[in-house]
Amino acid sequence: MIDAMLSGDRPASRWLSAVLLLLLACLAGGPFLFADVRAFTLLGTMGVFILVAAAYDLMLGYAHMVSFAHTLFFALGAYGVALATLHLGPTLTAVAVGVGLALLFSLLLALVLGALTLRVQAIFFALATLAVAFACLHLVLQAYPLTGGADGLRVRLPAALGPGHDVFQTRLPGLDVPRLLRGLWSDPATAWEQARYSLRFTGRHLVYYASIALALGGVLLLLRVVRSPFGQVLLAIRENEFRARALGYRTVRYRTAAVVLAGLLTCLAGAAFALFNRYVSPTNTLSFDLMVFILLMCVIGGMGTLYGAVLGAALFLLAQGYLQDVLAVLAELWPEQPLWQALFAPQRWLLWLGLLFVLCVYWFPDGIVGRLRAARAKNP
Amino acid sequence: MRTLLPGPHHRLLSLVLLAGLLSMGVKTWLVLTLSGLAMGSMLFLMASGMTLAFGLLRVLNLAHGALISLGAFAGATWWVVRAQALPDTVWGQWLALLPAMLLAMSVAGLVGAVFERLVIRPVYGNYLKQMLVTVGGAIILTQLLQGFWGASPIAVPRPDLLRGSLVLPQSVPWVGGLALEKFRLLTALFGLGVYALVIHALERTRWGVVIRAGVEDREMVEMLGHRMAPVFLAVFTLGAMLAGLGGMFWGLYQEVITAHMGDELLILVIVVIILGGLGSVRGCFYGALLAGLVNLYVGYLLPALASVAVVGLMMAVLMWRPRGLIPVADT
Repeated sequence: MIDAMLSGDRPASRWLSAVLLLLLACLAGGPFLFADVRAFTLLGTMGVFILVAAAYDLMLGYAHMVSFAHTLFFALGAYGVALATLHLGPTLTAVAVGVGLALLFSLLLALVLGALTLRVQAIFFALATLAVAFACLHLVLQAYPLTGGADGLRVRLPAALGPGHDVFQTRLPGLDVPRLLRGLWSDPATAWEQARYSLRFTGRHLVYYASIALALGGVLLLLRVVRSPFGQVLLAIRENEFRARALGYRTVRYRTAAVVLAGLLTCLAGAAFALFNRYVSPTNTLSFDLMVFILLMCVIGGMGTLYGAVLGAALFLLAQGYLQDVLAVLAELWPEQPLWQALFAPQRWLLWLGLLFVLCVYWFPDGIVGRLRAARAKNP
Repeated sequence: MRTLLPGPHHRLLSLVLLAGLLSMGVKTWLVLTLSGLAMGSMLFLMASGMTLAFGLLRVLNLAHGALISLGAFAGATWWVVRAQALPDTVWGQWLALLPAMLLAMSVAGLVGAVFERLVIRPVYGNYLKQMLVTVGGAIILTQLLQGFWGASPIAVPRPDLLRGSLVLPQSVPWVGGLALEKFRLLTALFGLGVYALVIHALERTRWGVVIRAGVEDREMVEMLGHRMAPVFLAVFTLGAMLAGLGGMFWGLYQEVITAHMGDELLILVIVVIILGGLGSVRGCFYGALLAGLVNLYVGYLLPALASVAVVGLMMAVLMWRPRGLIPVADT
């Protein structure tokens, strides 16, 4: 049955399976395993970006289309929900209308991008999408009355999805894993007692589980797609477009379909992000930095494997959340050295991630997943 | 090969100039055209290196924007540190300006050369990896810039030499009393000079022949006994130097610099080289002029849409000529 769910595309590495299962357990346990609000937010964001990175991987890894306009889909979904709840009132209908319209616009945008590949070569496509994404960012920044400009928009959540809505009317038991582990280390006798807590299951948690379910469904769908005949044609186009065309495949249609699927899934992820984050702005939905982050997730995890995108998104967000703490500790080691301080200041975390990224492209061009699979192929 | 018939770039440039003239008064048009030419000149300085690197090395360097910022910071450092100490005469100001230019060029060139060796050389011939690696490289360079110069914007006061404007005498018909800003006049002239120099070097010198032949067919040039690796490095370094110089001018133009200025400029640079046709220096010049003029005209008519209009122009040209205005053979 698991094989059928994964469409026969198994992780193909024991370590990879273990890590993915751990990730799934953390995401599924979510608020029941981590009492910390920061961890909860991180896990929810992870769910959203796992879907975004996996969808992007369909274009980047499977079709070898480098598009820098992927954040546009994300922003469409996020702003769709934000604007709909702002103008139609905070109801579930408004959310549905917003998501529907956003999906429609995403479809149009995806068709335009697909048509663009008909006219221009791959390299022009990458550069042109970069410029278009920039122009759209400027439009959003300028259209202050509609989009709130750089200030962004606060999402007015429907009451059912808000923190005030107590779903089960009773507190549920939870077990704080980080605290438990710390307790087992220092004081094993009372560790279990210490780590227990009770939880009010609110509308926020509903949104969390909805976005996790969306991500899981999306990734399983993508796994199925890449194993289907359609996905095989995408691979053929990636390897040798001329030959694929000679065999009679209309490559533009296949590429366009890939963009459409990736775009729609990303748009849904954007909507989930708006509901979970409750605030959308150009910085957190549309900036060039975000686009680069999505690229980083795919490459560090391993392009063209989907599992790589999932793992990459999780690791990247973990690094984004906690690398600064690590750097702060490192900076403490040698406080009197100014150069050391400049390099290991917590706000320099992106420097180290950039370095990691470049080294990754050189030495692990197939990313973490490719490396793990290669290790298995060597000694099965 | 080269004819005197107007090409698509001439036609488009005249169209843009005419459209500008028809939608505003003559005086405004002249001022904006001069500013557009100045902006185009700076864009040409910044973009020529990237387009040359693509034409010759088939390298798509998305870290070019970071090199631009680097030049701006290097130039501004000299400027801010030394400018006060120098005598307040015209010569003293030149003494301050020239080293700033040299410093911007040498720092950007040096970092560019190291960058080519360390980061780009291992991924020759693979566009996807080049884009990924140079995006990573851009992050690293920008972060290092922030680490050394701080994250807050730095003000770059323009020297008196470049301040103020030239006023045309009232007796001139049509445009009497018009004030032309000195800085823009000088920048436009400087850009034209650099363009003439680059075109001369490429089309009238022995090295230019080798470079152009290398663009067409690297293997054949190597068979004829030229080692291309040093030529490649030299061209890349030269491109980085021009980028640094352009960045320094841009800093003086905006009078403020940030480590992220390169990101936005990279977009404009990309628009310029797509407009002109990847790899074509002549196309890059026309693309830069077009981008500068459209930016200024639209910025005057509909201020909110200036940068959007430039990208729109690029998309329109891309639909009309999918490989740019002056395409290079076999890209």
